[in-house]
Amino acid sequence: MNFFSSLATVSFYGVLVGVLATAIITVTTRNLFHAAIFLAFTLLGVALIYFFLHAEFLAGVQILLYVGAIMTLVIFAIMLTAKIGDPSIPQSNRQRLPALIGLIVLGFFLIPAILKMPWKTTADFQTTNAVQLGKALMGEFVFPFEVISLVLLVALIGAIVVSRSDQ
Amino acid sequence: MSIPLTHLLVFTTLLFLTGLYGVLTRRNAVGILISIEIMLNAVNINFVAFASTLKTSPDLGQVFVIFIIVLAAATAAVGLAIVLAIYRNQKTIYTDEINLLKW
Repeated sequence: MNFFSSLATVSFYGVLVGVLATAIITVTTRNLFHAAIFLAFTLLGVALIYFFLHAEFLAGVQILLYVGAIMTLVIFAIMLTAKIGDPSIPQSNRQRLPALIGLIVLGFFLIPAILKMPWKTTADFQTTNAVQLGKALMGEFVFPFEVISLVLLVALIGAIVVSRSDQ
Repeated sequence: MSIPLTHLLVFTTLLFLTGLYGVLTRRNAVGILISIEIMLNAVNINFVAFASTLKTSPDLGQVFVIFIIVLAAATAAVGLAIVLAIYRNQKTIYTDEINLLKW
């Protein structure tokens, strides 16, 4: 029991490091198609983190929506637009060094703030399941739920209208 | 297995900053959208971590994660449609070459 618990902890930290590594490759690689593939690995790692945090329904939604739908959209957009084979085109602008310095400064402010904050955590993990989530969506959050479905419908119609050709 | 909340928060901060770096430095508009997806995922992990360790209702955080995922899907659809429309008109999707509105 103790062995399996420590094994789970070690694998959890491994997943964290892996997600961070694939995310860094995603934002720094030159080839945009490779960036999309590494984004898929990042999103799968996030789904694994949801599994570790006992949010199984969200892990399923993450795999279906992000890895399934959004990745397909992104890869289609890359194939329809970018000339990814040409190595002479620079893929990043001239803000690389200022952006890096600014983000490191931001991290130096944020991370000590997180570590010093006295979080009121509970001893045991609070878990929920799909049934409770569905009841919450249909009960307490029914108005935002309806609004978000309207937003999604409008966004999809808008996407079709914007991207269709004029002919 | 118990993970301290602060470890997860530091991890999501680093993930968020990674996505922000991509948004600030990519020239390609699709690359910027990819980086925005990374930032949204960092925020989602934060919500799930808070929902499972703080003394609030565990449904609350996960419901908000569902809303964010839906909004991210809408963002991706509209954003990529705009990118395709710009590419059709301007023959480029590099953000520093799209200067129609420059005075």
